[in-house]
Amino acid sequence: MNNEQTFSRTLGSAIDDLDTGNGAAAGRTLVQDAERAAPRAQSTAVKMSARDVKVFYGETEALHGISMDIIENEVISFIGPSGCGKSTFLRCFNRMNDTIDKTRVEGHITLDGEDIYHPSLDVVLLRAQVGMVFQKPNPFPKSIFENIAYGPRLHGLASRKSELADIVESSLRRAGLWDEVKDRLDQPGTGLSGGQQQRLCIARAIAVSPEVILMDEPCSALDPIATSIIEELISELKENFTIVIVTHNMQQAARVSDRTAFFHLGDLIELSETAEIFTNPRNKRTEDYITGRYG
Amino acid sequence: MSTTSSNGAPQSRGYVTERVAASLRRRKRQELRFKALGIGATLLGLAFVAILFVNIFSKGLPAFWQASVALDIYFDPEVIDIPPAPVKSADESNNDFRERRIQWENEVALVNFNRLIQAGLAKVIPEAAEHPRDAARVVTSGERIALRNLVIDDPSIIGETRRVRLYTDANIDVWLKGNIDRTLPDAQQMLSSRLREWADRLYENGTIEMRFSTALFQNPDSRSSLASAGLRGAFMGSLYMMLIVLLVAVPLGVAAALYLEEFAPRNRLTDLVEVNINNLAAVPSIVFGLLGAAVFINYFKMPLSAPIVGGLVLSLMTLPTVIIATRATLKAIPPSIRQAALGIGASKTQSVFHHVLPLAVPGMLTGSIIGVAQALGETAPLLLIGMNAFVASVPSSPLDQSNALPVQIYLWQANELRNFFEGRTSAAIIVLLVLMLSLNGLAIWLRKRFETRW
Repeated sequence: MNNEQTFSRTLGSAIDDLDTGNGAAAGRTLVQDAERAAPRAQSTAVKMSARDVKVFYGETEALHGISMDIIENEVISFIGPSGCGKSTFLRCFNRMNDTIDKTRVEGHITLDGEDIYHPSLDVVLLRAQVGMVFQKPNPFPKSIFENIAYGPRLHGLASRKSELADIVESSLRRAGLWDEVKDRLDQPGTGLSGGQQQRLCIARAIAVSPEVILMDEPCSALDPIATSIIEELISELKENFTIVIVTHNMQQAARVSDRTAFFHLGDLIELSETAEIFTNPRNKRTEDYITGRYG
Repeated sequence: MSTTSSNGAPQSRGYVTERVAASLRRRKRQELRFKALGIGATLLGLAFVAILFVNIFSKGLPAFWQASVALDIYFDPEVIDIPPAPVKSADESNNDFRERRIQWENEVALVNFNRLIQAGLAKVIPEAAEHPRDAARVVTSGERIALRNLVIDDPSIIGETRRVRLYTDANIDVWLKGNIDRTLPDAQQMLSSRLREWADRLYENGTIEMRFSTALFQNPDSRSSLASAGLRGAFMGSLYMMLIVLLVAVPLGVAAALYLEEFAPRNRLTDLVEVNINNLAAVPSIVFGLLGAAVFINYFKMPLSAPIVGGLVLSLMTLPTVIIATRATLKAIPPSIRQAALGIGASKTQSVFHHVLPLAVPGMLTGSIIGVAQALGETAPLLLIGMNAFVASVPSSPLDQSNALPVQIYLWQANELRNFFEGRTSAAIIVLLVLMLSLNGLAIWLRKRFETRW
């Protein structure tokens, strides 16, 4: 009981934070820039779109036909109780589900209007365009430099060594890690702290200049300070990238995202502006979840 | 829980505590029992290992030292009646010269070196000249080859006197080491009473000494000159087989494991393959020997007793071990590494070869080396492909006839001159054990050296 109250109070304050900014959302694509420094040009271009997406693990249907659009340069967060299918849905966008045996995806997902499940599409190309950051920081057991350089080298993005070094530096700078690691680029990435490792993974993802970055609970293994650094980073990255983030932490969804989608038992229950979903949820189940009645 | 619900909480808590305490005593007793059992089992195992080692080392270590007699050999030009060593003339082809040289060496081999030895012996035992039959038995028969080699290496030795150390007959070694009952009557002794007396005398005055036996390492097996029987042929045979196992079983096994673990779809067929690989690992090794005899020798007409066939048979036997070890290593690589690579846009193959394989290398090396060490000690399959034949030469290629270390042990332990070969057998076992332990040590070192933490 007590916990729940504390929780809704903190959640409320998070939403208050949101509201102190530019005011409540006015339109479907209007971006809420409460804590974020610079407001930017708002776009309505659909980056990715999903239509009636169903995912089967063997015979079990894990997602029951989900449709949504992801808009360019927005941060969209997926929330919902464990097992609701939000991570599964996220992994459809770069076809990481392909790597799991006996998984089948139905429906259509497009990136810039192109079907990403089309047989002629190269999944390697897709994953270069749609990067991913995982729940647990998973740097390669190689040097920091090699961690970042791997992707660009793989895709032939740098023709010279100096060019590669530039990519590594700019990626680390954008991930806010450069100053911390610039003197030890040759040391193993696994020797960094958890938060640094996760930023390394983000730097690794942006080193190949993707258009969309998928983040699967990127802060769930991190302490609050590391989490807040990553959250700031996400706000900065949306300048250049479209970000889809799965999170268990509703305050996080409230803080970083423009829009929030609530999933429950393999269904998309509600998708609207973050401020709206937390202050004025339309669906009873959404309300129950965000007020901490279950989940 | 409480039986007295009407009573207050403290009493019922006391009751619970009592019950827990009672069960605690029981649990502690149980733990003690298990601990005692575990310690007992470990000690018993250690005791058996200790018995084994004490037995092997007590018998084997003395065999590394072997009786040899120091004789002043006069390379009598009258006995060594040979033309001078051929010199290469300018207009002669290499082949012609080699032919002449071999002819000359054969001529040297025909010299009666035993006469030189007996003359040398007569200097330390004057009466030896009167008993040529006994005198001929002091030095083991193979040592005349040592003298021949001295002459071939340096013909100017002819006409000079050199102090040469020659291995005594195996029976003298046995006699001097006390490996035979000295009280046995003459009829049951291998040596005549005169020879026994000579041996004792020479040993006392230091002419015969126990010296570290280089014959054991430099010579191949021998049956005519037992004291010069060595391990070199078997060692080289084993070495060739290990090479073949490394070249055949390791790449094949690693490739198969990589495919099965990383690429193959999970279905009935791969399940069947997996079960069968596990079964293969449990197939008695002699069955692989039968297979090798049927396929490699009968069908492919490969040579008998050759390390190439032995190596292939052992490769077949080692393959499941390598596959299972490699798969276990691959399974232990965290999937997050694969996902990270795939997430960046690496293809399946790239993620495996850039990230998974380098991490798996130490484990794969360990598995392979342990597999090779296992193959090194294998005897049964080799018996079926003719490697238990007596081979008195050192193989110069995997196609030559040869022995293997474990088979040599098997052959020596059955030798009629038991008193001598018991020691030789144990010495061979020690060599094999040292080889295996160093292989295992190498495996541990490699694992430690290349281990990556993540």
